[in-house]
Amino acid sequence: MKAKIIITPKKAVLDPQGKTVQNALAQMGYTGVTGVHIGKYIEIDLAPGTDPAAAHKALNEAAHRLLSNPVIEDYRLEIE
Amino acid sequence: MNFSVLQFPASNCDQDAVYAVRLLGHSARLVWHKDASLGDTDAVIVPGGFSYGDYLRCGAIARFSPVMQAVKQFADQGGLVLGVCNGFQVLTEAGLLPGALIRNRDLQFHCEFIHLKTVTADSPFTSRIPAAKALRVPIAHGEGCYFADEATLAQLQAGNQILWQYCDAGGNVTDAANPNGALQNIAGICNERRNVAGLMPHPERACESLLGSDDGRWVFESMLAALKEPALAASH
Repeated sequence: MKAKIIITPKKAVLDPQGKTVQNALAQMGYTGVTGVHIGKYIEIDLAPGTDPAAAHKALNEAAHRLLSNPVIEDYRLEIE
Repeated sequence: MNFSVLQFPASNCDQDAVYAVRLLGHSARLVWHKDASLGDTDAVIVPGGFSYGDYLRCGAIARFSPVMQAVKQFADQGGLVLGVCNGFQVLTEAGLLPGALIRNRDLQFHCEFIHLKTVTADSPFTSRIPAAKALRVPIAHGEGCYFADEATLAQLQAGNQILWQYCDAGGNVTDAANPNGALQNIAGICNERRNVAGLMPHPERACESLLGSDDGRWVFESMLAALKEPALAASH
């Protein structure tokens, strides 16, 4: 059982990495790219038989307190 | 006065901070990140470095160390806490200061002397800084671009909590003088109560002319003045 957490910069936050990659893509000839946002992907292994609802609740809290910074980042949590 | 300088794994400005305090004739000692108590202390410095390897985000892991619980208590009681560079990042992650520090807008690590405009003398960290003097101090960071949402920025302004802005040698706050893209050239702020402050530049590395500047002393002189006159530190 795994939890996957995808962290992205908030829209209002400057994302110089995304901007630089966007420029590189444009230079390479990939047209039609209107934005690139670079974030983080965290995979968490959960013990077999973990209650998904309880894990969701706990990891939501962990994502808010440690894994992401709510001032500058949004996150999406998936458990599978 | 007794200063406590925190020491995390990969702190690297801790000794500089201790040196600066001793240079001013006061005592400083290192407090290990696993210590749950600060002991007898008058002020705390959270030093620069790369605490916990800057893993996840700068300061994100350091904030959960036992010593940071003690720092939070100390700050809640009105104690003076100064975060420098990584220390500033730790204090924002810990929620002791608003906002966040993100990657420099040009993606480069900047290691250079810059100038600082002191926005207000009304704080225990700036009271002794000569008015209109542009402080010459070094920076050394890759993630020092100050960010806060509009509501937070408005609060900072309304509360006169912006302490330092990047400026040119003449004291003008310009975009060209902004090394990292920080909103409104913000280099350092304090909390609403004005007893916790953080800044990206390194005053502790500019405390004697041999090092190229002794302008950083004013920050520590201000803290010492506030400690000697508790009413000053607790006036807010």
